[in-house]
Amino acid sequence: MKLDDLIVGPSPWLQPGGPQCDIILSTRVRLARNVAGRPFSSRLKPDQREELDAWLQKAILKALAPKDVAWFELEGMPEIDRRCLVERHLISRELAAGDGHRGVAIDPTQRLAVMANEEDHIRLQIYAPGLQLDETWRDADEVDDCIEQQVTYTFSPTLGYLTACPTNVGTGMRASVMLHLPGLVLTKQIEKVFRAVSRMRLAVRGLYGEGTQATGDIYQISNQASLGRSESDILKTLGAVIPQILAYERQARDVLATESPKYLDDRIFRAWGLLTHARTISSEETLTLLSAARLGVNMARLKGVDIGAINELFLLTRPGHIQKMRGAELSETERDVARADYIRKRLGAT
Amino acid sequence: MLCQRCKKQQATIHLTEILQNEKRERHLCEDCAREEGVAIKAQVNLQDILSGMLEAHQEAGKEAGLTCPDCGITYAEFRNQGRLGCPHDYEVFAAPLQEVLEKVHGATQHVGKLPHRAGADSYAQRELMQLRRQLQEAIESEHYEEAARLRDLIRDKETAGETR
Repeated sequence: MKLDDLIVGPSPWLQPGGPQCDIILSTRVRLARNVAGRPFSSRLKPDQREELDAWLQKAILKALAPKDVAWFELEGMPEIDRRCLVERHLISRELAAGDGHRGVAIDPTQRLAVMANEEDHIRLQIYAPGLQLDETWRDADEVDDCIEQQVTYTFSPTLGYLTACPTNVGTGMRASVMLHLPGLVLTKQIEKVFRAVSRMRLAVRGLYGEGTQATGDIYQISNQASLGRSESDILKTLGAVIPQILAYERQARDVLATESPKYLDDRIFRAWGLLTHARTISSEETLTLLSAARLGVNMARLKGVDIGAINELFLLTRPGHIQKMRGAELSETERDVARADYIRKRLGAT
Repeated sequence: MLCQRCKKQQATIHLTEILQNEKRERHLCEDCAREEGVAIKAQVNLQDILSGMLEAHQEAGKEAGLTCPDCGITYAEFRNQGRLGCPHDYEVFAAPLQEVLEKVHGATQHVGKLPHRAGADSYAQRELMQLRRQLQEAIESEHYEEAARLRDLIRDKETAGETR
């Protein structure tokens, strides 16, 4: 499997068809693990880091051979490729920006990714479309068992899996659900939801994780506490909160449709007009417009539009992907033109 | 505790204000806090929370000098970067970390998944780490015979751990 094939094709987790996919884009479970008898990644000397990277590569490839994973070394990888992997949520921003030997193993469906030498020695994740908390945990648990056949983890009976940052200690698990909540944003209810959520030791983040803006009305909700409760309890808490947020979002959409249909349609069709006619467009504006279009399709107000195409555009219009598809480094102005061209083509406009 | 302003709802926002060198604590409910224009951050950044908590420790000061004998990190360094140096730090910094864990997780005892393999006991882990550190020093000081001996020892211990 070549990196170019991986980062040009559509991302499986943005395909429509997952449970509750009108609101929930994806579910992710990640586990942080460290190899016994070694300092954490940030404390490794360059040659120790190189040795561990090579060792992890061998161990992970052997452990996950049945999953047909391929290894990608980050050291020396072009910036555009690293950026594309981040945009696909296959690697973290930290791994992309870091230095020294580090890598990632990815399976052909992009459901599974295992980072090596990130903040922790091993960060494995399962990414699936729609709401699939139990399924993603089940697979992550299985992958974890496979890797453990090759690697002795550092573990304390009191504190569980030991991690470089004490915020991840215990289960080392972060389960997160990515939601598209334009209804709650438009009706200005979103803050209320966040306050309720943060009382339950859950965290809310933007599209690209910690500290990023919630562009395109996309939010990630994840567990904050990883110690003192079992993996299934963590999933239960999330699993109990998500349906309530779904209900609030659907309620907000109903209110918009009954009380301000003209305002709602204006937003949707203006967005559609711009997406299909603009000649230059920033990635920020694109996400805002795609959000309105996605809302329009899911509320059956914007008809005859393929939701799969809209979902894909959330990813393929990001700066890294636009440049990758053009096969060249582009300035911001050039990117904005290329982006507008690509959107019109993908949506069948002229 | 009831909100100091409306005296009706539970106070969930606790503020420490410093006005003209005088410290004042206030306890408000969310509605009153909002009316008073207190921003409630929607985006929770764990790193911010953690460094905030760790800064509070700076006042205590006494932990700052704690140093891990295995990886050499000091508590002050950990506080600055928010990352520990090695697994043994959890023991060395156990006292100050206790409070951090309680604030972040509301708990200090693991109840989740257990690893299948028995080789993960902490004594063997520490020994391996110390041997690796000695190996690094041997290479840096160009004591290659010693380095070769340590390398073989580490390999033996690792294999023993894996077959246990």
